[in-house]
Amino acid sequence: MLIDWNNFTPWSALAGGGLIGLVAALLFLGFGRIAGISGILGSLLHEQSAEAGWRLAFLCGLLLAPGLWAAVAPDGLPLHTHTVDAPGGWAVLVAAGLLVGFGTRLANGCTSGHGVCGLARFSRRSLVAVLCFMGSGMATVFVSRHVIGA
Amino acid sequence: MTLLISLLLGVTFGFGLILAGMTNPAKVLAFLDIAGNWDPSLALVMGGAIGVAAPAYALARRRATTWQGTPVPVEAPTPVDSSLLVGSIVFGIGWGLSGFCPGPALVGLGAAYLPATAFVIAMVFGMEAYEWLLVARGNQFEVQSGEG
Repeated sequence: MLIDWNNFTPWSALAGGGLIGLVAALLFLGFGRIAGISGILGSLLHEQSAEAGWRLAFLCGLLLAPGLWAAVAPDGLPLHTHTVDAPGGWAVLVAAGLLVGFGTRLANGCTSGHGVCGLARFSRRSLVAVLCFMGSGMATVFVSRHVIGA
Repeated sequence: MTLLISLLLGVTFGFGLILAGMTNPAKVLAFLDIAGNWDPSLALVMGGAIGVAAPAYALARRRATTWQGTPVPVEAPTPVDSSLLVGSIVFGIGWGLSGFCPGPALVGLGAAYLPATAFVIAMVFGMEAYEWLLVARGNQFEVQSGEG
């Protein structure tokens, strides 16, 4: 393991994480809601409930964030570094989307629901979930970059 | 009022993801690539988020009601089951293939970033596939919407 110090951004990572945690905190203290994106989206697609309003508003905020960020940040959006020029790039992306959608609903949570909200309330289920998706994510990158891609 | 606050919270959450570098798939993959040039930044994103959220959850647990006046939800302890294990592993594979998880992908969609847009469309189909399979299996698993 070599640590990539050139791309290591501890302060922006901590600050960004802090903002995410702040939203999770306010959503729970204020409304008793969990800031889990896959759950918010998945429920919105399938439940006709009084919860639909805040879920839709929250997701709209998420969609508006990059535009507002680009309007105030001098460097623009740090988004566009994904390469899909490689053969099979789009197919892999679509397969990944299917797996993420299916998996997060089956596991009842993703990086935000289990990784932030779940761990923050010391849920054993969420700890297991995080170990599973971190582990399989790292294994996938290992195989794609160092076994197949080597 | 709740809707406006939710909208602002969504914007703030998106800002957090952008600032943290989570919306950059290359950075996410660099975090997952522990055998290569490892970028540990995202561990600090999680650390920062939990550092702020954990005291708030602890505080909420000692309160009877939320600021809105509704009862604070009490989490029922649910066991670790195969759905949790399989679902999380499947999610991690997709995450490792793309560098996208649901939140950052939606932010990318909001930026009209084409790879994120394709990913989100596929992700919604994946969610639909889960619902469809549930129905096909006669609701063997109960649909939950708690954590995620």
